[in-house]
Amino acid sequence: MTGLFSEVFLSALLFGAVTAAIPLLLAGLGEQMSEKAGVLNIGIEGMMLAGAYLGFVGAFYSGSLWLGFLTGAAGGVAVALIMALLCVRIGLNQIVIGIALTLGLEGLTALLHHFQFSRSYPRLPAADATVIPLLSDIPVIGPAFFKHHLIVYLAVALVFGMSYLYRRTQLGLNLQAAGDKPAALDVAGIDVVRTRTIAVLSTGALAGLGGAYLANVGAGLFIPFITNGAGFLGIVLAMLARGRPVWVLFGALLFGVCLSLTTAMQVAGINIPTDVIQMLPFLAVMIMLVLFGRRASLPAALGIPYERGAR
Amino acid sequence: MSSQSSSSVEKRDIVALEGVTKRFPGIVANDSINLSIRPGEVHVLLGENGAGKSTLIGMLSGLQQPDEGRILVDGRPTPITSPRHALALGIGTVFQHMMLVPTLTVAENLLLGGSWWQRPRTEELEARVAEITSSLGITVKLHAKVSELSLGEQQQVEIVRAMVRNSRLLILDESTSMLTPKGIEELGALMRRLVEKGLAIVFITHKLKEAAAFGDRISVLKLGRKVGEIPPERFRALGEQEIISEIVELMFGKQKDDPEAAERPIRTVQAQAAPLLQVADLAVAATDNAPGLSSISFDIRPGEILGIAGIDGNGQKQLAEALAGQRTATSGSVRLEGAPIEGLSVGERRQRGLRYLTDDRLGEGTVGTFPVSINFFLKQVGAAPFWRGGVEQRAEIDRRAAELVREYDVRTPSLKTPVARLSGGNIQKVLLARELAEGAKVVIFNKPTYGLDLANTLASRQRIRDTAARGLAVLLISTDLEELLSMCDRIAVIANGALVGTVANADDARTKVGRLMIGLAA
Repeated sequence: MTGLFSEVFLSALLFGAVTAAIPLLLAGLGEQMSEKAGVLNIGIEGMMLAGAYLGFVGAFYSGSLWLGFLTGAAGGVAVALIMALLCVRIGLNQIVIGIALTLGLEGLTALLHHFQFSRSYPRLPAADATVIPLLSDIPVIGPAFFKHHLIVYLAVALVFGMSYLYRRTQLGLNLQAAGDKPAALDVAGIDVVRTRTIAVLSTGALAGLGGAYLANVGAGLFIPFITNGAGFLGIVLAMLARGRPVWVLFGALLFGVCLSLTTAMQVAGINIPTDVIQMLPFLAVMIMLVLFGRRASLPAALGIPYERGAR
Repeated sequence: MSSQSSSSVEKRDIVALEGVTKRFPGIVANDSINLSIRPGEVHVLLGENGAGKSTLIGMLSGLQQPDEGRILVDGRPTPITSPRHALALGIGTVFQHMMLVPTLTVAENLLLGGSWWQRPRTEELEARVAEITSSLGITVKLHAKVSELSLGEQQQVEIVRAMVRNSRLLILDESTSMLTPKGIEELGALMRRLVEKGLAIVFITHKLKEAAAFGDRISVLKLGRKVGEIPPERFRALGEQEIISEIVELMFGKQKDDPEAAERPIRTVQAQAAPLLQVADLAVAATDNAPGLSSISFDIRPGEILGIAGIDGNGQKQLAEALAGQRTATSGSVRLEGAPIEGLSVGERRQRGLRYLTDDRLGEGTVGTFPVSINFFLKQVGAAPFWRGGVEQRAEIDRRAAELVREYDVRTPSLKTPVARLSGGNIQKVLLARELAEGAKVVIFNKPTYGLDLANTLASRQRIRDTAARGLAVLLISTDLEELLSMCDRIAVIANGALVGTVANADDARTKVGRLMIGLAA
């Protein structure tokens, strides 16, 4: 038990927490954008899977992680395009379509992976870390937070970019209006369908990127169903964050710690059944919901397709 | 733009409708309407619910397209294809249902509609708004959240928004329906200042007095058709009463006087009789989105109508709900026929004879997708004779429902029609029938005529008078002072959740109530 709180263990735990948190962060930020604009995006799990698969394939064949991130984001956007067409433009039920997309992509990515790699699971080389000078020399914290792939820092920077977008820009205003009172946006002369489409496609890009990170950096390989509910955790994060990107970051880190603990505790050889340990993140979700769920405030028009002139 | 510009320019229509027809499945909402809208004029569109006013506005603001006919803008035929297009043409609309995002600030709402790649230009907006508001003599709180503003303030924001966008034509759709008497007067004065600046205004209302008071030109709509117009020359030549009687003639055919100005019937309230409802020191804690109540005390005797006047949102709904048992009171007593009921549940209070007619007719009043027949007995679900052993007795329900439909003159295609498909007036009749049914002793009416057209308003008011005449005690909560003055025996004024005074409805009641409402002693 003495090893449990050693410096090395702690920094490995935190390093793992960050790695696990990044896909959740990207998914949560994406979902938050959709929800702000009034689209409940249950298909985000499917978008992440598409991103994970295409991101892995892109990185595997090109040898470039960055190209992998690009193809991953594109995969997410492709799925989001279907969502935008069916739910935003045609106005079908967002929950039904979202579930269909998630289930569909689970099957499709598993099938494609099977065709391509049969039963082998090729690995990507480990990602190069961008070591931040000075900061990375701090004990425990340094190796945990400042020796990550560049995209990790970009993802964290994105949190502040999103805050700026929502608070200071015209697009941010339009997004919030599209979710809270779409009719008001429409009579102000802004196309609600277009605004929501932008939001859903951005969600797709972020979710796809999150999926690609999960496969390429987090795991270094693609296996079917690799996201394992990360998209759904993103939905929970977005709902609890009450429209604030910073809260998505905090939430993602918290879940990241739980996810990392499951690995770390297994490594440390603590005598608890692995099933129990693997429950931890989801237990954390439930505790978070009990503690903060009542105060979660969602946009008034969330989940309701907009139709001009309808009351 | 000055109002002294040459008459040829002034007389040119900004927007004109030529034979505009719009059909919806089953009805013709607008039937070859001709309309000319000119700068410097308040053009009143008058009509009852369902006369086609909203559809007309929908077409002018780009939400809907006409099926036949054409719209001319500055003399050129111009299809108005979208709200954005309407704004670009200089047509600004203040809709009946507020079109502001409640979670954004006033400034942010005014900025909505800019190109998405632009930074919101806050400083520029502030200067522009200051210029507009000072010339109109109003103030808007740019940095307040819209959800914190009163309805009157929100409306001013919407008008300012139309001005910020350089609108030449301002459409006001049923803008007075949620305002206080003072707010309505202010709106009238504001409209006058706007047309003096050379704007054209289309003012939609179903209140005759407002039409006569604020208009320059009146067009009367009835069942989708335009049945008459009073041009400005004629308008100026007539007195207010003559205008009203002419409009009434256009709308209804024969009546001569303002039908709303019914004489208050002399009722005999048994002054000696023990009060049916006694409320003493009732208090309710404030919540995030509702004011609390404090030290509310009043009595109502059999046959008496006690009015509650006040500006909307001063605790009227809380009072009604606290009495009905839907909201927990923190202290005070409520006695029905002398017996305390403050500890009883909603259902028990109803059983004792306390009835509450909500103003939220479709929200808490009825279940929209249920048939009319079931909605009559929503509060008796499970009770005999309509349910036996948990099973619905369809025959008994239909028989009694048919009686009620006849008795209360509910216009419904059938008993099976989902209640939400009925008009507001008919939904209200369903509620009246339900709440006034057997055993009612005290009835609370919350804004019983809000949003109803004239015919249904009059019918509802008559129903309330009859209720009192039967010896029931009536609490009438309304924001329409005329309504209270025409019906009540006494009027109490509520402000910030407390009753600030009660006056007998005598000749000087109007001034007294008015003074109480704005915070002066009666």
